[in-house]
Amino acid sequence: MKYFARKCGFYLVALWGALTVNFFIPRLLPGNPAQIMLGKMEMTSTPPPGEYKILEHLMGVGQGSIVSHYWAYLVQVSHLDFGFSFSQGETVTHVIYQALPWTLALVGTATVLSFIIGTTLGALAGWTRNRWLEALVPVTTFLTAMPYFFVALILVYYFGFIMHWLPLSGDSDPLLLPAWNWTFFSSALQHAILPAATLILVQLGGWMMSMRNMTLTTLSEDYVWAAEAKGIKSRRVMIGYAARNAILPSVTNFAISIGMVVGGSILMELVFSYQGIGYYLIQAVENDDYSLVQGIFFFISVAVLLANFIVDVMYGFIDPRTRQTQ
Amino acid sequence: MSLPLSPAAASPDGDASSRASLRGWRVLRRSPRMFVGLCIVFFFVLVALYRTFFIHNGNALSHQVLKGPSAHDWLGTTQLGQNVLLQLIASAGPTLLVGFAAGLLATILAVVIGIGGAFLGGRSDDLLNLVTNVVLVIPAVPLIIVVSGFLKSGGIGPIIVIIAFTSWAGVSRVLRGITLTMRNRDFISASKLSGERTWRIIIVELLPNTVAFVISGFIFTVIFAILTQAGLAFLGLGDVNALTWGNMLYWAEVDGALEVHAWWWFLPPGLCIALLGTGLALINFGLDEVLNPRLRSQRAFRPKTSVFDDTPVAEVP
Amino acid sequence: MSVLEVRQLTVDFAQRRGPKFRAVDEVSFELYAGETLALVGESGSGKSTIARAVSSLIRPSSGEILLNGKRAGTRGRRLREYRRAVQMVFQDPFASLNPAFSVGHHLRRPLQIYGHPREDLDIAVEGLLESVSLVPPTLMASKLPHELSGGQRQRVAIARALAPQPQIILADEPVSMLDVSIRLEILNLLDGLKRERDLALLYITHDLATARHFSTHIMVMYRGEIVERGLADDVILNPSHPYTQLLAGSAAGAIRSGRRQVTAPVERQAKKSNIALAELSETVSATGCRFRARCPHAMEICAERPVELSVGDPGHTAKCWLFDPKFRAKSTTTR
Ligand SMILES: Nc1ncnc2c1ncn2[C@@H]1O[C@H](COP(=O)(O)OP(=O)(O)OP(=O)(O)O)[C@@H](O)[C@H]1O
Ligand code: SF4
Ligand SMILES: [Mg+2]
Repeated sequence: MKYFARKCGFYLVALWGALTVNFFIPRLLPGNPAQIMLGKMEMTSTPPPGEYKILEHLMGVGQGSIVSHYWAYLVQVSHLDFGFSFSQGETVTHVIYQALPWTLALVGTATVLSFIIGTTLGALAGWTRNRWLEALVPVTTFLTAMPYFFVALILVYYFGFIMHWLPLSGDSDPLLLPAWNWTFFSSALQHAILPAATLILVQLGGWMMSMRNMTLTTLSEDYVWAAEAKGIKSRRVMIGYAARNAILPSVTNFAISIGMVVGGSILMELVFSYQGIGYYLIQAVENDDYSLVQGIFFFISVAVLLANFIVDVMYGFIDPRTRQTQ
Repeated sequence: MSLPLSPAAASPDGDASSRASLRGWRVLRRSPRMFVGLCIVFFFVLVALYRTFFIHNGNALSHQVLKGPSAHDWLGTTQLGQNVLLQLIASAGPTLLVGFAAGLLATILAVVIGIGGAFLGGRSDDLLNLVTNVVLVIPAVPLIIVVSGFLKSGGIGPIIVIIAFTSWAGVSRVLRGITLTMRNRDFISASKLSGERTWRIIIVELLPNTVAFVISGFIFTVIFAILTQAGLAFLGLGDVNALTWGNMLYWAEVDGALEVHAWWWFLPPGLCIALLGTGLALINFGLDEVLNPRLRSQRAFRPKTSVFDDTPVAEVP
Repeated sequence: MSVLEVRQLTVDFAQRRGPKFRAVDEVSFELYAGETLALVGESGSGKSTIARAVSSLIRPSSGEILLNGKRAGTRGRRLREYRRAVQMVFQDPFASLNPAFSVGHHLRRPLQIYGHPREDLDIAVEGLLESVSLVPPTLMASKLPHELSGGQRQRVAIARALAPQPQIILADEPVSMLDVSIRLEILNLLDGLKRERDLALLYITHDLATARHFSTHIMVMYRGEIVERGLADDVILNPSHPYTQLLAGSAAGAIRSGRRQVTAPVERQAKKSNIALAELSETVSATGCRFRARCPHAMEICAERPVELSVGDPGHTAKCWLFDPKFRAKSTTTR
């Protein structure tokens, strides 16, 4: 319980950190970003009433000291209201609400799959010291060293332009409306295959290598040797003793890598025109749509922190050492 | 971009680690991986140096537009008739520069914060550790994109700084762990008793024993920086006219290299990034093997002697 | 006059959970030039903690340390002065030398720091190496720690401790990590240096035999307290505190002497279940005798804290109610 409370406290501090960073970013801009934004909005449409106030709060400009700006900003963010996005013609929250699930589903599924496949391969490589699996290491290392967007380019080029197999872009058939039916689902799935494959391919090497290393290390621990010497079957040693201990560091890495993968998937979404949160972030940055940028960065941070928190709590259940201190 | 510092290197328990003195050739002999990695990186460094002295304009235009690889133009030409091979060579330098400069800056931060904090202990350590962990969980790449998007000012300098300031935390955490186990080692206590000053103990007594981890962290951030810079360039953030592999990919995408099937245009820069990254990663795997002899791919299980074979790890009664 | 006087030294460690853990509890002792004081006790009793506190590596929670009658400095120049006078030899010669540096470096630094003239540093280093019989000194100075044997390393550690010309050396189990065959050599070396340089030596050990042979006085430590102290021969030949008897494995002999045959209610009680005994021994009783749970002679009064009582020989004391005249009388009457 104490562990849980400590983690909660930590993630609140981290959230506060992310919020504060988010507050200071617009200060990099020259001039008054709120005014600039309003000007741009007026070019395309009439901004909703009160929009300027919201912008002032978000960008930390206008009357008053920096402290009062900061406070106004925190209050504004706590309402989860980031104003209006002129580049998308909708409220920021609405854009995010539409895009975030796509990214979360994609990144989540792909990362979990990659983790499972990579960790299994890595455990096998370490356990059997199989020559073929060992030979995979340089290959996966090479894949891991590729930028996500480059792998995406290759996949698009090969499957789209050469084989004409798969839809090239989007997250579902634009003619279909989101619905819980098979047509929509299969369309979404088809559109997600290449992006998911990209995420899986690039991550695989990291998981495999770290699990292989941990397995090798664990297998030469004395207690594993003792178990084997006692005549416990080697597969049981592997599963019952070695794997559980070897996997713990991977779980920690899993938490850290979530942020990394989200980062990588941003550019990948651009290549596939997969309309997730990353796609809109790039749109927003290119159009200087500052309030959308702020909103997206906030939600990405929250999502990543939340994912980390969940992994940490799970870790607490797996690792006996944290349980003891409860 | 998910090259987690291998947990073996991250585990601060390795007693051998503190004794890890990396003595050149012996290490290389024992780790072919590291050897291959060093060769790759060295090759790219040579290429980068070559451009500094021999290529004046990697972007020179010509009338040979969109030609595939041939005996004359080994890697073909772009839509504007630029020689892809020439661009590739000219891009090596700036790419390496961003990587190494950002890596260096991030490593310095990590060393100061991770090792300094852990050694001093107490309140300052608690605070620095908290900051490190917070920076670690705030997603770096979106932040980098947002900041460089807002900054708009092109140029390599700001990008180096932004990347460094968002990527030091992971390394810092590893170094902190190592330092904590080392802080109470007897040889550190002994130098306190010898009257050494704190800063000297950190720099002279402690740092040499963490060198392998510092190098490993440095390489890790270099990889991260190169990949991130490529991504930013691909987004058109930063100076789009500079020659980097990321910018080559940007122009290839913008000018529709995929649509016209000009694979010789967009494949080489990406593969170069991946190859350089692989070289760096192999060096790191080699370091892992040195720090943790159990990882060597030789079949000999349970090596009785380690790299530090004449160190007493195995002799202690 | 004593070179070093330790008064009521107490060290507490913060624990992750619960209250502070008292590793050393109001320990007092004195060290004299040219004499060795041995500190014995089981693992975890707080011996190293005393050494670390006295050498200023950890800060005691209370107590006083007097060097030549003056309070030890805790910071700045005074601390350096103090550290110069009080040097330590660590238990593990593999851990106490920095693997990255040569033997010469380890000896040169303290000389340099404490202001040895730069010109004849090398000569001084060689002199130190010779004084610990590491010859030829020039060759030895250039070696790295991993090129030396355990015994040789410990000699280097001793030479390093000698470098600032200290008055006091704290030797924390200096030979326990070494091969049996060379232990005596190292101890003889320390003993010789003590005589030559008129050093005051605190010798921490598990080994009662060497403690008796090399030291003038012995202190026996149990869970942070000194439970018995006296002249080496007295403590070893006439172990009085039940814990010392246990340590010496001579409880039987002591009982044969007929002096301390007493009822042992706890023992009888404990025999009923071994678990109870184990549990009892885990709880550090804030009040009463700490050895109570394991003591074969425990009595009711032992729930109160015993004080140091004379055992008979001059200067030989034990913290045990058995030596209170009242209870000695009582326990004999109950027999
Ligand atoms: N830094 C520390 N933090 C918390 N507890 C500590 C610390 N150092 C020592 N202790 C505790 O203090 C007690 C005394 O430890 P100490 O090392 O002094 O024992 P010792 O008598 O030297 O044992 P040994 O013979 O094994 O060396 C032990 O119970 C130990 O767990
Ligand atoms: S005081 Fe009592 S319990 Fe403690 S040692 Fe003496 S007889 Fe045993
Ligand atoms: Mg000890």
